[in-house]
Amino acid sequence: MVFAYSSSILILFVSIWLGVSIGSADIPLSTLWDNETNPSAYSILWGIRMPRVILAGLVGSSLAIAGAAFQGLLKNPLADPYTLGISSGASVGAVATIFFSLSIPVLGSYTLPLFGMVGAFLSMILVLSFARLIDRSMKMETLILTGVIFSSFLGSCISLMIALTGQQLREITSWLLGSVSMRGWPYVQMILPFVVIGVILLWLNRRELNAMMYGDERAQALGVNVKLRKYLILAGGSMLTGAAVSVSGTIGFVGLVVPHMTRMLWGTDHRHLLTLSFLNGASLLIICDLVSRTIITPSELPIGVITAFIGAPVFSYIFFKQRRSRG
Amino acid sequence: MLKVHNISGGYGAAPILSEISFQVEKGKMIGILGPNGCGKSTLLKVISGIMSPTFGNVFIDGKEIDQYSTRELAKKMTILPQLHATAFSSTVRETVSIGRYPHQSGFFSSWRAEDESAVKKAMQQTDIEKYENHYLEFLSGGEQQRVFIAQALAQASSLLLLDEPTNHLDIAHQKQILDMIRKEVTENDLTVVSVFHDINLASLYCDEILLMEKGKVRAYGAPHEVLLEEKVMAVYDTRISIQAHPEQPKPQMTILPDLQDTLEKVITVEHLNITNEYVEFKSPFPLKVLSSAVHNAGMGWFANFVNRTVAPNYDIDNVKEEYYQYLVDKDFSPTNTVGMMTAVDTKKAVVKNYSMPFGEVIVVVTAGVGNAIDVSQSYKRNDFFRVGTINTWVLINGKLSDEAFVQAMMTATEAKSKALQHEEVYDSVSNTIATGTPTDSLLIASTQAGELMQYGGPITEVGQVIGKGVFEATVEAVQSYRKGDR
Repeated sequence: MVFAYSSSILILFVSIWLGVSIGSADIPLSTLWDNETNPSAYSILWGIRMPRVILAGLVGSSLAIAGAAFQGLLKNPLADPYTLGISSGASVGAVATIFFSLSIPVLGSYTLPLFGMVGAFLSMILVLSFARLIDRSMKMETLILTGVIFSSFLGSCISLMIALTGQQLREITSWLLGSVSMRGWPYVQMILPFVVIGVILLWLNRRELNAMMYGDERAQALGVNVKLRKYLILAGGSMLTGAAVSVSGTIGFVGLVVPHMTRMLWGTDHRHLLTLSFLNGASLLIICDLVSRTIITPSELPIGVITAFIGAPVFSYIFFKQRRSRG
Repeated sequence: MLKVHNISGGYGAAPILSEISFQVEKGKMIGILGPNGCGKSTLLKVISGIMSPTFGNVFIDGKEIDQYSTRELAKKMTILPQLHATAFSSTVRETVSIGRYPHQSGFFSSWRAEDESAVKKAMQQTDIEKYENHYLEFLSGGEQQRVFIAQALAQASSLLLLDEPTNHLDIAHQKQILDMIRKEVTENDLTVVSVFHDINLASLYCDEILLMEKGKVRAYGAPHEVLLEEKVMAVYDTRISIQAHPEQPKPQMTILPDLQDTLEKVITVEHLNITNEYVEFKSPFPLKVLSSAVHNAGMGWFANFVNRTVAPNYDIDNVKEEYYQYLVDKDFSPTNTVGMMTAVDTKKAVVKNYSMPFGEVIVVVTAGVGNAIDVSQSYKRNDFFRVGTINTWVLINGKLSDEAFVQAMMTATEAKSKALQHEEVYDSVSNTIATGTPTDSLLIASTQAGELMQYGGPITEVGQVIGKGVFEATVEAVQSYRKGDR
C-alpha cells in the first residue's frame, strides 16, 4: 500500500510538471519560484498553465472518486457519472443556468456549479428510482440502459435550449465542448469547496462502502445505517459530478477507467480505493488535457475526445469480462 | 436471549407471518423448518430487523430491537443471508475483516489488536487461514461459504441468524460447517437461529426445532417432539418415514417414493436350491430382511440367502474375510446376500411351505444339536465355541412392520425352543432340556408387498404360521439329524 500511494503521488507530480512545462512555450522547472530570469514564462506558468492543470486535476479526481463510490454503492463496475446519466443531468442544470441567465445574488459565481449539482442529484434520483421500478435487484444492464435513456432525453433538452437560444449560443457551446482551457483561477476557486466537501463525504463512508459490497441486508447486519449512508454517498457523488461538469462540461469515462485500473492494481478495499482513484484521476485528466492541447497544435481537441478514446475500449473490456464470467 | 412476541407481517398486503411467538435461550441452536414459501426467511428478516413486522415485537436481552442503534444491534446479532455474490474481488482476509465494522468507530477508526485477533480466530475456526490472501472468486462454493461464516464470527455477536448455511455444499463441507457452528454454541454460548432445508441436518444439530406452515408455528420443541411422521407428512404433504440416527439420539427421516412396481412380487419354493455345499434362496427382487447371520446381519434389503456347510474344524477366527471371499468365488453379490453357515449336511435341510390368505410362507431349517444348551444354565459353561447349530429361515409373501419383524423373530425363537423340548434335546452339561445352540441363526424375510401386517405375535395370522412352521420344520430337522451319523 505504501508503494501504491507513493507511486500515485509521484505520477501526479510528474503529470503536473509535464502539464505546466510542455506547450507552445517550454518552461523550465526553475520558473516555479524564479520570476526574474524569465518574467513572461513565470506569468504563463502561474497565470495560464497552473490554473488549467489544477482545474483538470480537480475535475479528474472528482469524477474518478465519484465513479469509484458509485460503483461500490451500486455493486456495479460499469457505473460512473457518465454512464448513469448524472453528467447529462448536471449539463442540463448548467446549460439552463446560462440559457435563462440565472444568477442568484447570494451565490454569485457559484450559481452555475450549484445548479449543475442540483441537476446531477435530480437525474441520479430519477435514474435510480426508474431502474428500481423496472427491476428490484437493479441489474447492471437495467441501470446502464436507464442511464442511456435519461442521457438521450436530457441531451435533447440541451439541444432544444441551444435551438431556442439567441445571444447565449457562444457561451453554451463553448461550455458544452468540455474543456478546462482559459478558465483561470476563478474556476478553481468556484469548484474547490464542493470538491472538498464531496470528497470528505465519500471518504467518511469508505468502510461503509466495503460493507455494502455484500448487499444491503448484510451491510445492515454488520451495523451500517444503510439508508443514511446511501444518501450521503449519492449526495457526495452528485456534488462532485455536478461541480466537475459545471466547470468543464461533460467529460466521459474518467469515472469508469480510473477506479477500474486502481482496483485491478491494488484491490477493492475502499479505504484505499477512494484515495488512490482521487490521485490517479487527477493525473489522468492532466495528461489527457496535455495531449488534447498539444496533439494537433496550434488548435485544441476537446478533452472529452481523448478520454473517450481511452475510456470506450476499457468500458467494452469490462463489459465483455463481466458477461463472460457470468457464463 | 431472543424473544419473538406475537409477530405478524410480511411482504405486501397479505401477511405471510401470523402470530409467531417463541423464545430462545442463550447457548442454544434453533432450526426453522417448513415447506417452501412458508415464511422461514421472512421470519429471519423480521428477527434481524431488516423487515419490520406489522404487529408484534422482537426482544434481544430484554430490549426491543428498534431501541438499539444499527451498530449496537450489530454487536448483539448478525444475519448471514443466502447469497453474497459480489461484483468486485476481495481477498479472504479483507472479507473477514469487514466483520469488525461495528466494533470500529471514530474518524480514522484504526485497526486495534482486538480486531486483529478476532479476525485471526475466525479464520482459524473456519479453517480458511491458508487462503488468507486468495481472492474470493477463485475459491469453491464451500470455501466461500466458510469465508462468510468467518466474517459473521469475526463480528462476535452473541446471536447468529443463518439462512441455509450449507446450501450447495457437499456433505463433507456441510458436516464441517455445522460441526464448527455447533462447537461455538456448545463451548462459547453462541446462540444460533438457522433456517434449514434439510430436516435431517436440523434434527442432528439443533436443540430445538420450529416447524412452520403457511406463516404459522406448527410445532416448537426438541427434534423428537416436533419431527413426528404424521406432523411432517401433513406439513410437507409428502410420504416420509422416521428412524433413529445410528449414533445420535436424534430422529432422522427418509422420503418414501411413490414408485410403480411392474414386477409381481411373489417368492416360491422354486427359488430355493439345495446343493452339496449350500442351501441357497435366490429371490428375483430384494426382500426386507432381519437376521442374525454371519454375513450382512441386521436389517436390510437382500435378494440372496446362503446357508453353507463347513467342516466341523472350520477356523472361525477369520470368518468375515473368508465368507466374503467364498461369496465372491461362488458368484454371489456380497452386498446383496445374507450368509449363514452350519456343520450339518445340506441334504438334511427341511423345507416347509404354507399357503396363507395373505400369501405363501416358506420355512427352511438345518439343525445340528450336538452342542445344544439350556440358555438359563449357560452361565455355568465355559467351554469353547464349536460349530453345531440350528439355522432357520422364514420367508414370507407379505408386508411386515418393523415391530412385526421383531415379533416374528420372538415367535420363531419360541417355536424352535418348543421343538427342542418336544424332541427332548438335552444340555449335556446342566442335563436340562436345551433351548437352542450357542450359534443359532435366524432370518425373517418378507416381500413387503400386499396388506401391511402391523403385528407378528403368536395370535396373528403370520405369527400362527411362523409358530407352526418353525416348530414342525425344526422337529423334522432334529429327527433327521439324529437319524444320521452324529
